[in-house]
Amino acid sequence: MAINWFKYAAPTTFYGLAGKMIPWFAFSAAILFAIGLYIGFFVAPSDAQQGEFYRIMFIHVPASILSMFLYLIMAGYAALGLIFNTRLSAMMATAIAPTGALFALISLWTGALWGKPMWGAWWMWDARLTSELILLFLYLGFIALHASIDDPRRADRAAALLAIVGSVNVPIIYFSVKWWNTLHQGSTIKFSGTTMHVAMQQALFTMLAACWLYAIAVVLARVRSIILERERNAAWVTQLPGIADFAGGEK
Amino acid sequence: MISLDVWMRENPLTYVWFGSYAVALLIFAIEIAMVKHKRKITLQQVRLMRNAGDDTKTSISEEDSA
Repeated sequence: MAINWFKYAAPTTFYGLAGKMIPWFAFSAAILFAIGLYIGFFVAPSDAQQGEFYRIMFIHVPASILSMFLYLIMAGYAALGLIFNTRLSAMMATAIAPTGALFALISLWTGALWGKPMWGAWWMWDARLTSELILLFLYLGFIALHASIDDPRRADRAAALLAIVGSVNVPIIYFSVKWWNTLHQGSTIKFSGTTMHVAMQQALFTMLAACWLYAIAVVLARVRSIILERERNAAWVTQLPGIADFAGGEK
Repeated sequence: MISLDVWMRENPLTYVWFGSYAVALLIFAIEIAMVKHKRKITLQQVRLMRNAGDDTKTSISEEDSA
């Protein structure tokens, strides 16, 4: 049976679909966070060089990966909205920005906490750290620019341009450890393999999956509010069960 | 700062847990609360608009009948 994917690009259809998906993603995220934390703190062994401090990795690495991927996804949605003038794409980009910014903040915060015992400093003007800080500023710039323009469609277009131009920073973050001499270590897990202990890998990938599911759940919940806000004059919104029932109860 | 250095090396798990995981979970909790609050506010706005629209229609129809 062929699925008409374009049907789900309409806010009317997507609103209901998102509402059904949120509990599944949120519940799965909570379960995986619990499993990941258990493996990370009770199963994974101490590191030979870093002792217990390396355990920051199980939140630092997923947060860093999410901050970069969410930016690319946000820029992708923004570009779709700009090119095809699709309403939902712009709404998705707006919904992703705060979550991406928070993951960038967590990445920088946990990185500072890891840097202090390992490097002896909370912060270094290192290529990886500085480019990640620029990513946080790009997210904040996107949010601020969008909020500063009253007309939502004009705000979408202006913020989309910023998101697209800013996406050049993501490969800079990723390749910074190869292009420049940095304090920050390179990738431990590569396509060619890894020397990391199995339990450490399990904790890392479980936490990564948990962060992805959490991000999807939160973004879907936020986009539902944005859809309601922007489509508030549409007939389908006033006929939604919660709104129609409430209005009926008031009368 | 020296005392913090000594403390973190004596209590690495406490440092890791409260410094990074507790903070990350707190940030997640704040984000969830903000998303829920935004939904509550948006629903209220939409309901108010709907009620205002119904009131306007009622007053217009009352004027027409009068």
